[in-house]
Amino acid sequence: MDFALTDEQRMLEETLTRLVTDQVSPEQRRSMLSSASAESSALWNTFAELGLLHMPFSENVGGLGADGTDLMIIMQALGRGLVPEAYLAGLVLPGQLLALTANGEQQKRWLTPLLEGEHQLALAWQEHDARYDAFDVSTHAIQRDGQWHLNGRKDVVLNLAAAAATLVIARLNSGKLALFVVPQNSTGTSSHLYFTMDDQPAGDLTLDNVTLPPENCLSEDVSDALADVLALGRAALCAQAIGAMEEACDQTLAYLKERKQFGLPLSSFQALQHRMVDMHLHLEQSRSMAILAATSLTLPASERDYKIAAAKAYCGESARFIAEQAIQLHGGMGMTEECYVAHYAKHLVMFDHYLGDSDYHLETVSDLLDVA
Amino acid sequence: MNLTFSPEEQAFREEVRRFIAHALPSDISERVRLGRHLSADDHLRWQNILSEQGWLASNWPKEHGGPGWGPVQRHIFDEECAAARAPTVVPFGVNMVAPVIMKFGSTEQQQHYLPRILSNQDWWCQGYSEPGAGSDLAGLNTRAVRDGDHYIVNGQKTWTTLGQHANMLFCLVRTDPDAKKQAGISFLLIDMQTPGITVRPIITLDGAHEVNEIFLDNVRVPIENRVGEEGQGWTCAKFLLTHERTGIAGLGHAKQALRHLKSLANRIHHRGKPLLALPSFRQRVVKAELELMALEVTNLRVIAAARDGGAPGAESSLLKVRGSELRQELSELTRRALGPAALPFFPEFLHGDESLDDAYTQSAAASAQYLNRRKLSIYGGSNEIQKSIVAKTILEM
Ligand SMILES: Cc1cc2nc3c(=O)[nH]c(=O)nc-3n(C[C@H](O)[C@H](O)[C@H](O)COP(=O)(O)OP(=O)(O)OC[C@H]3O[C@@H](n4cnc5c(N)ncnc54)[C@H](O)[C@@H]3O)c2cc1C
Repeated sequence: MDFALTDEQRMLEETLTRLVTDQVSPEQRRSMLSSASAESSALWNTFAELGLLHMPFSENVGGLGADGTDLMIIMQALGRGLVPEAYLAGLVLPGQLLALTANGEQQKRWLTPLLEGEHQLALAWQEHDARYDAFDVSTHAIQRDGQWHLNGRKDVVLNLAAAAATLVIARLNSGKLALFVVPQNSTGTSSHLYFTMDDQPAGDLTLDNVTLPPENCLSEDVSDALADVLALGRAALCAQAIGAMEEACDQTLAYLKERKQFGLPLSSFQALQHRMVDMHLHLEQSRSMAILAATSLTLPASERDYKIAAAKAYCGESARFIAEQAIQLHGGMGMTEECYVAHYAKHLVMFDHYLGDSDYHLETVSDLLDVA
Repeated sequence: MNLTFSPEEQAFREEVRRFIAHALPSDISERVRLGRHLSADDHLRWQNILSEQGWLASNWPKEHGGPGWGPVQRHIFDEECAAARAPTVVPFGVNMVAPVIMKFGSTEQQQHYLPRILSNQDWWCQGYSEPGAGSDLAGLNTRAVRDGDHYIVNGQKTWTTLGQHANMLFCLVRTDPDAKKQAGISFLLIDMQTPGITVRPIITLDGAHEVNEIFLDNVRVPIENRVGEEGQGWTCAKFLLTHERTGIAGLGHAKQALRHLKSLANRIHHRGKPLLALPSFRQRVVKAELELMALEVTNLRVIAAARDGGAPGAESSLLKVRGSELRQELSELTRRALGPAALPFFPEFLHGDESLDDAYTQSAAASAQYLNRRKLSIYGGSNEIQKSIVAKTILEM
């Protein structure tokens, strides 16, 4: 048993912390959000220079072979800074799915430029009537005259507008799930773009008889690879939430020490001290769950999924508790756009809506409880 | 003991329900139903309808032009309004400043202001909180200095709800900096058109413009706009804060929110079954249901005591704490019920007139409302402060 980071991991953590402090102040973040464009940003270029775009991928696809802990360090730092780059949605998730499914030619076309920072991608796995169930897919694909034809709709696809192409899960007549790469602006696609409540660019993608050549089919049986990628995504989201929880707790604590009412700092009121301790407890217990998730990625699928579901459910509840208390303890200030902690709070509340909420994951844990 | 309403009370409920069904404009109730923001005009249209019916000032006695209802009727009226998705009457004139003017104001003030409130001529806002004085309201710093037959007011108020629409402000100011904190405060009525007043929007985390900052820079206020004696402002303020707080639980809103949640969670499916059948979700809805049942009876107990002549005291703090927690939980469950559909944010739809893709119209407001409802445990005396009141006055700790 060893919870210590390696020297390399500590360096990675320090570098990222410095990067986030220098380049993602509240003002910088605001301007990044307002100038959303498909052009790669200065920050993304820095990610590329630091090797962050290669890091999460295995050596056999040209990556640096980072493990779950490395990814946790990265995601936690991004969470702390509330970094608005689509590192997970635009790089890690679609990239991993490509790495697991694409042949050499397809990798060269889609994965290599991704790692080189030349384009970003998106992953469309969610559908309107399926809630969080990634395997409940109605989008349909059929092969006719050597071409694939796709019909359906995908909801809340993160990074949709900035992606050079979107990876789309579709059901075949055989009942199996297949994976396609749908280039931006393919004939038959239309997208409804918006921002999520926590400021992430997203959109719904409608596929109306989208015709694709055979080489755009990455896999005709993607279920296992998809399960792997979802597990990775959930562990990464937990780590990101830990970073945001840390920051929300730190900012709240600082505010309690600084804000005075009745002639005393708020931090001198015992009711608030205890509340702050509760927040801290939620954070530390969640941190343990996020570590558990990050170190479970290499376990057999059923054991991995059990632990990661537990972590995601646990972190979801803690994230909301911390968000609500951060607002409450800031009083009216915590309700405003201008107050930075409110943005962490929004992110921590919406965390539960990405890749399955607490109820969804509690059901998984509950189903496996007796055999675990 | 008997928890049923009398035949007269039930007939009253029918009458209210019939009236609202017929009089409430459907475009307004539709906006309320979808959680879209109301314009000043939406508020006024509904308040004018109530005014004509004689029901705007539901807490006023007959002598001032109110309907002369007791606490039970008011409770029924509030419930029916919420159930029909009528806008909440903007409380600052009718429910807040009016009772103060009735109790402490001069005859001239009563004759001037009360009819204008009753006819929606004036839109009032509440200038209590300041950047440095929130929970510690008595720590306020806005200064009013006598200059002949005027006060000259300097300072800053904040969190002023709907101040952007208001033409009148009731305001706590410090007239005597040397007196004990509470004793140096006076209660002023200020015309928002007076030179020196600047209103600036504060945007809340749900993207709404609901609150404002108000800057007062050498604002000249006639002496006759003071309510009560100089130094009596705290008494007025406290009267206002404890006056008629039986509606504070927001019971009608909670009931409506729970009804909505149940129907939503029955319509939305999770793995082929209604979401309401998912054990972990269902259990939280069940708990909310229980809390609501208990709160309803607690509320009725307080109302009955008020009807029989008791003044609701610290009990209203209990109602506020539980009522706000329950409404917050219901907004949480509603957001959650929507799953991924709770993620997209459409500010132009919520705050403006833009229409929206059908798939999202019904769900668009859920996350914004969840965030907005955080205010329920902060304003009007935060829940922490309410608990301190209960500890001190009921439990004598
Ligand atoms: C949406 C909204 C609308 C509002 N509308 C109006 C309005 O129209 N007019 C108006 O005058 N005001 C209005 N307010 C202001 C509201 O009344 C104040 O926000 C409230 O009194 C809390 O003050 P504060 O924000 O300064 O928080 P603070 O007083 O700084 O409190 C911060 C936190 O510390 C806690 N706390 C403070 N003191 C203690 C203590 N002694 N023991 C334990 N905990 C403590 C509080 O409960 C809170 O959680 C509004 C506020 C909001 C959010």
